[in-house]
Amino acid sequence: MGIANRFPWGSRRRASRGEALPDRLFRGLVFGCALAVSALLVVFVLVLFRQSWPTITAFGWGFLFSSSWNTGAVVGSGQSYGALPFVYGTLVTAAIAMLLGIPLSIGIAIFVSELAPPWVKTPLAVLVELLAAVPSVVYGLWGFLILGPTMRTTIEPPLKAVLGWTPLFGGPIFGIDYLTAGVILAIMVIPTISAVTRESMSAVPEHQREAALSLGATRWETTRLGVLSYARVGIFGAIILGLGRAVGETMAVTMTIGNSNTISGSLLAPGQTIASLIANEFGEASGLQVSALLELGLVLLLIAIAINVVARLLTRRIFQTEATTL
Amino acid sequence: MRKQGRRRRITNAAMSAAAFACVIIALVPLASILYSAAVEGGKAIGPAFFTQNEPPPCSPTLQANCPTGGIANALQGTLILVGIATLIALPLGILTGIYLSEYGRLSRFGAGVRFVTDVMTGIPSIVVGIVIFAIFLLVAQAGWIPLRYVTSATSGIVALTVIMTPIVARTVEEALRLVPTTIREAALALGIPRWRAILRIVLSTGKAGVVTGALLAVARASGETAPLIVTAGGSFFGFAGFDQSIAAMPLLIYVNGLSGVPNYVTLAWGTALVLILIMLGISLAARLALHRVLKGAGAAR
Repeated sequence: MGIANRFPWGSRRRASRGEALPDRLFRGLVFGCALAVSALLVVFVLVLFRQSWPTITAFGWGFLFSSSWNTGAVVGSGQSYGALPFVYGTLVTAAIAMLLGIPLSIGIAIFVSELAPPWVKTPLAVLVELLAAVPSVVYGLWGFLILGPTMRTTIEPPLKAVLGWTPLFGGPIFGIDYLTAGVILAIMVIPTISAVTRESMSAVPEHQREAALSLGATRWETTRLGVLSYARVGIFGAIILGLGRAVGETMAVTMTIGNSNTISGSLLAPGQTIASLIANEFGEASGLQVSALLELGLVLLLIAIAINVVARLLTRRIFQTEATTL
Repeated sequence: MRKQGRRRRITNAAMSAAAFACVIIALVPLASILYSAAVEGGKAIGPAFFTQNEPPPCSPTLQANCPTGGIANALQGTLILVGIATLIALPLGILTGIYLSEYGRLSRFGAGVRFVTDVMTGIPSIVVGIVIFAIFLLVAQAGWIPLRYVTSATSGIVALTVIMTPIVARTVEEALRLVPTTIREAALALGIPRWRAILRIVLSTGKAGVVTGALLAVARASGETAPLIVTAGGSFFGFAGFDQSIAAMPLLIYVNGLSGVPNYVTLAWGTALVLILIMLGISLAARLALHRVLKGAGAAR
């Protein structure tokens, strides 16, 4: 970090002594903004915690492991709330997204950064990143009207024919289900994972490739031995970053998962994620239900924070570009 | 020996083909989305599309009588929400970015702020929505604002602002970091106060980066749906005041896309087409601006 050492305006305390008033005011202003922006995260956690206190005290840890979601609409039955179906839905859809998205993304990154002829590199990278420019509600619309019916008629029947004996692919076919939501998520995480993977691969020193090539390695062997193993920490960070996107994605999932508040062993059955449940029910919720939904929001926020902290730690060195991939 | 070489060559070719196949597979959905939006959405585009309001809910059995309507109110709503949110998020984000690059670059607090801002860009937007809702509800219950503000244009704007600010802050920081140290030294040597040097010289040198940050944030906010469902609320009418719920293009896509009424679905596709074109335009502009940032930095070195 040569630049950092030469940076003349280090923020050491002594620099602020003897500053003129306008300089001090400006320093205070930008410091205040920075403080306000980062304090927001703390405010978020506190507000969610406070507002979900009624359900936290009523259900305790059992909230996370109960699968009953009863809003009291049925007269005579009490309200009870459990997050298990939604935590399950979130995990299952994210797992499908990772299973399909990781190999595709890494393949794209390898092709674009190592194998493609120079003149197609940039156009290809731009095209793949256009996937990130499509709003999630448009993915949802496309998933609901195009991908869902395609899954129902042409993709899920053969899957069921071959793998129907496993519980994962049993039961009737809906088209609007865990699998479709997972496939949509896989498409949506591709730009994130492949861009960050590409960044960490381009951060690999050229001599790594030269060394492998000079030993007579083919392009693929060079990539595997010289590049992939060198960039693995960054690639892992890219995957975690993609996971964060998959877990928090709301609209595309809400429109394709079928919105059923029950757990189904089959991937071909409708379900619900934490995010899609909030999007579906928050508008009409009242009383304890609001509290339960906010507690789910808290769970989602804590998961997202944990995922992002890990991802940022892993990709810290190559991060610069992530903010700039749309 | 020879056989082994052949196997390695075959592996090489197979792996290259597989990597190429990954690119093709990823581009199929993109092509399908763009194609559907162009074909289905194209049917909706007409004079009424931009001048009429969103149609009210309509029973699918009376499909023949469902008026198609347009996106005038949704377009207006998105412009108001994103426009005002940008006006708030831009100064807030730029000042935070200035802190990160000019004051907190080497400090531990700066590193902390940078980390938190990064994490904030990764918070699910639905969570931002419900937190803003909860905060507005708390404030309203305390009697400081009328209850109707909880689901209103105001809470929608605040939610979008919270989403945009960290994006602006980090992009501006990265851009200002690329401004060569010598420029700061030159400004100081001329006796320019530090605050003026930052605002007039460092910031204007890095202005392409500021533009990129603003564009990225606007693009993100224009497509946001989930936080607006729980804050702005949606509406079938034009802007009715900051204490009333307000329409937005993503909300229109969500509601009409799932309606099952054919002409409403066409309307949703038309809106999706407009939104995609806006996003592609912004994405392209941001890329050009970014190109200038990097080129500028390269030339200065």
